Amino acid sequence: MNIKILGTGCVNCRNLEALTERAVAELELDISITDVTDIADIMSYGVMSTPALVIDDEVVMAGRVPGYDSVRDAIASHT
Amino acid sequence: MTDIDDSVSHPEDPPRPATRRLPPPGMMAVFVLSTVAWWIAYQANKPLWDWLIYDTIHMSVDGRTGSAVHFFLYDTTKIVLLLAGIIFVITVLRSFMSVERTRSLLGGRREGVGNVMAAGLGTITPFCSCSAVPAFIGFVAAGVPLGVTMSFLIASPMVNEVAVILLYGLFGLDIAALYVGSGLVVAVVAGWVIGKLRLERWVEPFVFETRLDGKVVDPAAGLNWNERVLMGKQEVAIIIGKVWPFLVVGIALGAVLHGWAPQDLFTKWAGNGNPFGVLVAVLLGIPLYSNAAGAIPLVEVLHAKGMAMGTVLAFMMSIVALSLPEMILLRRVLKLPLIGVFVAVVGTGIVATGYMFNAVL
Repeated sequence: MNIKILGTGCVNCRNLEALTERAVAELELDISITDVTDIADIMSYGVMSTPALVIDDEVVMAGRVPGYDSVRDAIASHT
Repeated sequence: MTDIDDSVSHPEDPPRPATRRLPPPGMMAVFVLSTVAWWIAYQANKPLWDWLIYDTIHMSVDGRTGSAVHFFLYDTTKIVLLLAGIIFVITVLRSFMSVERTRSLLGGRREGVGNVMAAGLGTITPFCSCSAVPAFIGFVAAGVPLGVTMSFLIASPMVNEVAVILLYGLFGLDIAALYVGSGLVVAVVAGWVIGKLRLERWVEPFVFETRLDGKVVDPAAGLNWNERVLMGKQEVAIIIGKVWPFLVVGIALGAVLHGWAPQDLFTKWAGNGNPFGVLVAVLLGIPLYSNAAGAIPLVEVLHAKGMAMGTVLAFMMSIVALSLPEMILLRRVLKLPLIGVFVAVVGTGIVATGYMFNAVL
């Protein structure tokens, strides 16, 4: 399993990353979170609105910071 | 540039529970109660501070200190209430739109009609300037002409909810409507002019090579009401968190001017009589980005002390539409000469609007 945060470093991107780190810690998963900041790479996922959460190369959410529970549930459903 | 008519709906996706058209009854009740509570707070604002400042601690209604303190407390409460209430409502409504939907609506549109649509969509599409670069590339990839994309990028920050709400709160509905209308006209005309100039050679070449691959992800698809409400709350927290220091400083300066400055202080340099007033206001507005919230309470006092309304509107437009941080972002996709043209065309439009309103109002 791999998790990526797509975003150019805006406040919302950092907020999403913090939620994701918390969820990974709570689920006791041993995976690292990768930041994708290059515009061409971000757009190769079909994403125009940042931040976006990508789990196993599938875009799970884009353009908003979801609530903590939905981040955790999204990660849990991929394990 | 082959993905012109890609769709943003994904019929083959696993079904998510469909978004209800109306919120569930429990949430509806909370909405109604919150609206009533908000309205009571808004109505109680003035009597509360009248009672506290004038009746309880007995500051004089006619005294300068009393009226300045009253102005500060009353205006701060009023603007925070307006911002919180309206940003929440606008964000929830806008969660039904997305840049991705706007992109597919504008894809392949001709100039002219495209510019009008782009400016209109720019005001209702939720858009963060941090997404300006991917949005620009996505629009170009979808075959949206450069000038039409520009109309969107001009209207989106200019018809800015914070600016419109504050104008409404401080000057009333007429002025806010005038601002929205003239902002849209500037965005349509400026985008159209930029399109006619055929400046595609000043777009960074990588823009034309970057592809939006795979299925385009539409963030507005399949959201439920809890998610929309969460987005509304987040937006209120983000905007108020960002603007409150400017707001407090702006209102404090406004309060001082309100109490102490002579009535006609600004009539001379920013009144109707000074032909350079609008020009100076527009130039001053460029470095003042994100201080829109702080600038408006100040502008309210400048207007009360003689600044002409056309100058006020031009100043506001310049603050939100011509901002250094946005130009730095756009520099990643546009070459410097095109940024120069952008500033010149939009700036000219704003200055013209300012003079026109000074002449007719």
